[in-house]
Amino acid sequence: MTTRLPPVDILVVGVGVAGSILCKELAATGLKIVGLERGRMLDPQHDFAMPYAHDELKYDRHSDILQNLSRETLTFRNHTQQKALPMREMGSFKPGECVGGAGMHWGAHARRFLPWDFELRSRTLDRYGAAHMPADWTGQDWGLTYEELEPYYDQFEHIYGVGGKAGNLEGALQPGGNPFEGVRSREFPNPESQRTYAGTLFAEAAHSLGKTPFQNPTAAMTSPYTNLYKMTLGQCVRGGFCNSHGCAMGAKASPLTTVIPTLAKHPNFELRTHTNVTRVDMDSDGKRATGVTYIDARGREVHQPADLVILASYTFNNTRLLLLSGIGKPYDPVANQGVVGRNYAYQTGARVAMFFDDKVFNPFMGGGALTTSIDDYNGDNFDHAGLGFIGGAYLAAQSNGATPIRSISVPPGTPRWGGAWKEAAAQHYNRNFSIYAHGGCQSRRGNYLDLDPTYRDAHGQPLLRMTFDWGENEQRLSAYAIERALEIAKVINPSQLGVHPLSKTYSIVPYQSTHNVGGAAMGADPATSVVNKYLQSWDVPNVFVVGASAFPQNSANPPTLTVGALACWAADAIKDEYLARPRPLV
Amino acid sequence: MAHAYRFLTQPEVKFLEAAAERLIPADHLGPGAREAGVACFIDGQLASPWGLHGRQYRTGPWQEGTPEQGFQSPLTPQEIYRAAIREIDQHCRMEHAKAFPFLEAALQDELLRQMESDALPLPSISSALFFSLLLRNTMEGFFADPLYGGNRGKAGWRLIGFPGVAAANYTEELDHHNQSYQVEPVSILDIEQQRAQVDAQGYAKHIKLRVEPKA
Ligand SMILES: Cc1cc2nc3c(=O)[nH]c(=O)nc-3n(C[C@H](O)[C@H](O)[C@H](O)COP(=O)(O)OP(=O)(O)OC[C@H]3O[C@@H](n4cnc5c(N)ncnc54)[C@H](O)[C@@H]3O)c2cc1C
Repeated sequence: MTTRLPPVDILVVGVGVAGSILCKELAATGLKIVGLERGRMLDPQHDFAMPYAHDELKYDRHSDILQNLSRETLTFRNHTQQKALPMREMGSFKPGECVGGAGMHWGAHARRFLPWDFELRSRTLDRYGAAHMPADWTGQDWGLTYEELEPYYDQFEHIYGVGGKAGNLEGALQPGGNPFEGVRSREFPNPESQRTYAGTLFAEAAHSLGKTPFQNPTAAMTSPYTNLYKMTLGQCVRGGFCNSHGCAMGAKASPLTTVIPTLAKHPNFELRTHTNVTRVDMDSDGKRATGVTYIDARGREVHQPADLVILASYTFNNTRLLLLSGIGKPYDPVANQGVVGRNYAYQTGARVAMFFDDKVFNPFMGGGALTTSIDDYNGDNFDHAGLGFIGGAYLAAQSNGATPIRSISVPPGTPRWGGAWKEAAAQHYNRNFSIYAHGGCQSRRGNYLDLDPTYRDAHGQPLLRMTFDWGENEQRLSAYAIERALEIAKVINPSQLGVHPLSKTYSIVPYQSTHNVGGAAMGADPATSVVNKYLQSWDVPNVFVVGASAFPQNSANPPTLTVGALACWAADAIKDEYLARPRPLV
Repeated sequence: MAHAYRFLTQPEVKFLEAAAERLIPADHLGPGAREAGVACFIDGQLASPWGLHGRQYRTGPWQEGTPEQGFQSPLTPQEIYRAAIREIDQHCRMEHAKAFPFLEAALQDELLRQMESDALPLPSISSALFFSLLLRNTMEGFFADPLYGGNRGKAGWRLIGFPGVAAANYTEELDHHNQSYQVEPVSILDIEQQRAQVDAQGYAKHIKLRVEPKA
């Protein structure tokens, strides 16, 4: 039996990075807003109290703030000829499952996308011609430009207290910043981060080769900061235990340190935890959403009517809820038709490890995205003619806080165990660092998300099925980025090098990144996109779908700054345009 | 050290101690995984929700996949350890007249390498699957906070120079390029047992080790 509740104005499904901002911005309208979150409430002061927050085993391996796969996971295969099998253990990515979502245990690398990222299809055609396009490419322009999004990047940076040095202020290049970044309307709200020894060696070598190193923008506070919502965050002490961990200092921007406490003060806002949304309910002709159905903590099925439904439940459930609710046409990779589940992409990663006899790095210090990088090989910042791929990578020396279970790096040829391994671990832990190539990923026909025909979640609903492998484009891009990283490594001149290229075949097993994108892509054409430039469903105008699910392919840069900016942008469109006169905004 | 095993039987403890000693041996660099209490650690892990794959997806149908598709065994870690240790010991008795813990180190190494490459056929499970869990749990047990029963005496952390719970002074220390920060490591267990001091925010107060200048 379904419990039917009195209607509300706006439902936001998922209260993570995007959902918390949407709730907060829309709460200003005075309308009745309910945030529905499948997980529990977190209290950073208790959940991440010292010294318990510095427990690598717990947070890296067994944390209860990660998605509980016993109830819901996804299935995975590399290509359509295989049978997809469930991801039974947490591996390649670590979605969140509490208020705050993955924004609680993220790494705080806070880069904007490049202007090129938003228009890469037309710019690729313009500069290189059709012959340069990757095979089976489904990449496309966003229908939204960097210039349109810039004020919202700025807004989100002032919510998340991002630290950095502007490289391009209103068109004027700034020394010390990233000369390749899009135009900024003003400086960062916080100063740039300090440069580590590894960052200094990397920067000096890159500089000597004519490149322009800069400190990566970070959302771990580089000085105490009071944000747009009057929330105050302390300064990051670089104690490590950052990625996969909640911050014990409250110095890492997250939904709970920047938004949710002020959101909770709005009397017209209600947060319901332990509510697992299972579908968006539709009226009889399938053109209008009437609310959502969820399962509450007592196992009751609840129907919550609403005028407007916003999905902010991360890439995977944004896509899955659309598929389960019959909103938009599911993608068919054979016919190359339909849109929901199309454009799934990820993030390429490769690195060059450098081992020294005479240098020590204290690699346990850091965290908070303490990173020095170059953008010379990012996006279309270099000539791709004859290279056979599009997109690029940023190269970076990052001091993430090397915890011992997962971060011991040993030279190539070292056995995986035994006395020789032990000796190498002792010798090299403190004497190595890597140049990372954090690269983009194009979407293509064979990579997509749909519903699994076999496996189900704890509520009996089909799991999401991921079909994904690296394309030729990603392999070439990554090989090129490794070559460039090696040039810099040779100047740094370590005693030994270890090259870790992109895996030949994508594997769900080792952790790579929680940078899953696409599935509900945005665009200017309903035939190839799920949402319009305001993140509004083409098919059901009272449904908005916000998150990296909207990226039609992935940038080399990590997603969250753009996720946050899109949330601010969509909130404004809803407040200023949609609510005044509910209608398709395009 | 006395330890009440919650899951492992005595022969299993013996097996794990012997295997751990080969995976991370005691040597001139310091204690190995056995002395560091890795068998206790693994016992604790197997008795925890992880031992029953409490947060992992455990709904069928079960099917072996590609390596890229990851763990697909219908057995829980508890069941894998129990079956594998028994079957490996049986194999050792048949082929070498003694259970694994009583074999020569070189032979143990050889058997571990066979498991690693799935070249040791066992009646019911893949020896590589067991080996991957064993190696992973051994590393975890050697490097996790001593709170979990392994990394005794912070042996793993001392080996590599990891300070454990961070101190609040790293921002300044990061400016001291190419200077090794060597301190007595501090664990959560140390703090709980009041063997280490913390500051007002709960960060560890590190005590610097006197480093002898290199000759
Ligand atoms: C270890 C790690 C490191 C990272 N580092 C970085 C980094 O350095 N830089 C960067 O840019 N990004 C990073 N990320 C990615 C970043 O965390 C995500 O981009 C960001 O959290 C996405 O925001 P979101 O609002 O879309 O999803 P989330 O913040 O995950 O929020 C989604 C919410 O929806 C809820 N939900 C899902 N399904 C349902 C349902 N059916 N019903 C109700 N609620 C539901 C979830 O529980 C969750 O709370 C990292 C992620 C991880 C895990």
